[in-house]
Amino acid sequence: MKKVQFKSSYSQYLFLAPQLGILLIFLYWPIIQTFRDAFTMQDAFGFGSKFVWFDNFLFIFDDPAYFIAFKFTIIYSFIITLITGSIGLLLAVQANNVMHGKSTYKTLLIWPYAIAPAVVGVMANYFFSERFGLLYHLFHELWGFNWYESVFDSYIYVIIAGSWKQISANFIFFLAGLQAIQKSVIEASMIDCKNSFRRFWTITFPLLMPTTFFLIIINITYAFFDTFGIIDTTTIGAPSGETRTLVYKAYMDGFRGLDLGSAGAQSIMMMLIVLVITIFQFRYIEGKIHYN
Amino acid sequence: MTRFITSSFSHLILLIGILIMVVPVWMIFASSTHTSSMINMNGLQILLGDSFYENYLRVLLYQGGFFKEITALKMFFNSFIMATGVAILSVVTSLMAAYALVYYRIKYATLLFWIIFITILVPLELRIFPTYSVMAELNLVNSYFGLIVPISASAIATLFFRQFYKTVPDELLESAKLDGANTWRFFVDFLIPLSKTMIVAMLIFMFVFGYNQYLWPLLVTTSEQYWTVVMGLKMMSGSIVHRFAFVMMSMVPPILIIIVLQKYFIKGVFQDK
Repeated sequence: MKKVQFKSSYSQYLFLAPQLGILLIFLYWPIIQTFRDAFTMQDAFGFGSKFVWFDNFLFIFDDPAYFIAFKFTIIYSFIITLITGSIGLLLAVQANNVMHGKSTYKTLLIWPYAIAPAVVGVMANYFFSERFGLLYHLFHELWGFNWYESVFDSYIYVIIAGSWKQISANFIFFLAGLQAIQKSVIEASMIDCKNSFRRFWTITFPLLMPTTFFLIIINITYAFFDTFGIIDTTTIGAPSGETRTLVYKAYMDGFRGLDLGSAGAQSIMMMLIVLVITIFQFRYIEGKIHYN
Repeated sequence: MTRFITSSFSHLILLIGILIMVVPVWMIFASSTHTSSMINMNGLQILLGDSFYENYLRVLLYQGGFFKEITALKMFFNSFIMATGVAILSVVTSLMAAYALVYYRIKYATLLFWIIFITILVPLELRIFPTYSVMAELNLVNSYFGLIVPISASAIATLFFRQFYKTVPDELLESAKLDGANTWRFFVDFLIPLSKTMIVAMLIFMFVFGYNQYLWPLLVTTSEQYWTVVMGLKMMSGSIVHRFAFVMMSMVPPILIIIVLQKYFIKGVFQDK
């Protein structure tokens, strides 16, 4: 905290008021309603609702479709994090290596970050369409790829679509992390260890840990929430709900099924998952990384 | 010699990475300059055709058909209003809130801090229906206000500004006080000029964030007059080359902004010197 500050006065509230006001009306009020929805059930004609304790939650746990979405979300986040993290790191290390053209490479690899997930999904759609999709035909030749029917193939489809633009984000952050490592550390390690491969894993990579864990959280959040636009423009859950994320399922139940109680309960479950991941990050992982 | 080999290897890997990024977009672009019958017969194209002007002008200006009543041009206008609104509203409110948190000795500072920052854990997707019903109660469905404000209810920029203010030396405030600056003058004349890079970075970040919104505009607009470009992807009908052209145009504004203002963006987000 600052040593020199202004004394508390009415003016501090003038500075806080705009943001607090917006957060209270457009964030806290809806969150309170989410909790109200989650613990009530509307009657079939929409005339009233009654308090039902945890019934909505019990219904979710009884619903096999919920576990299918849960399983998919976990697998999806894990694979997207792994793929985009490792390709992003590989590219960042190479870009950090080269003498000439560093900034050109940076520019040429950074722009997919700006594309909306929904746009990426529509593009992926063209490459995986049965009619003229190049990747569809390539994979079909190789092993009879058919995402309309095979769960495995539909996973491949949404994983490729979901990973593509996120590689950029990982690349940017890893490159910044690499450039932040002091030259003297690298020079000293070059004397101690001649093998550049070993040097990377024993010296450089541990120094990148803060970036890595930050990116893990960014990638998981991306796979949980931002991929809505991708799923909605590619498989729409095909073959039969196996490629629905938790967010996608909650939206469909609330919007198509008009089941606000279930959508509310599913939202609260997701809030809990996000909370657990965050606490895990702060408590468990942050204690184990080396900061330089 | 080994230096040469390893660096050639690096260039090769980077080149492959760039191809993976560029080729899909290029193919959609090349295909968008052909005729539909060409695409239907021969699939996606890698070489340019000669229907560029015809296809793009038709998508931009044609009314009735591709979308029912709205032209793509109007949708770009809506997206621009929405993205700019989100950027300005969220950056201005965040700048001010972070200022109060860092530069005032507030009574319930910790409580306020948590009230503001816990919101980062609850993205709009988790409260989408209740947010919609709040908007309906306030009669804000089908309005620019309704498109902008719930997206701007975000404390991410506040977090960045707070981190930045904390690195500003205490001497700045001391000398400002000696010059007789009050809290407002210090904020406007000293702190904001100092945060310029950070402000530009956050404006870019929030602009792209606002422009790329898909689910919320889909829900909060029922009138075509408020459709945005990205949600329009869900609504488009018409021939395949016109869709290609619309997809291509939809990604131009955020990509352009990121490339042109790249320096600010990276400096601000990573707080480089």
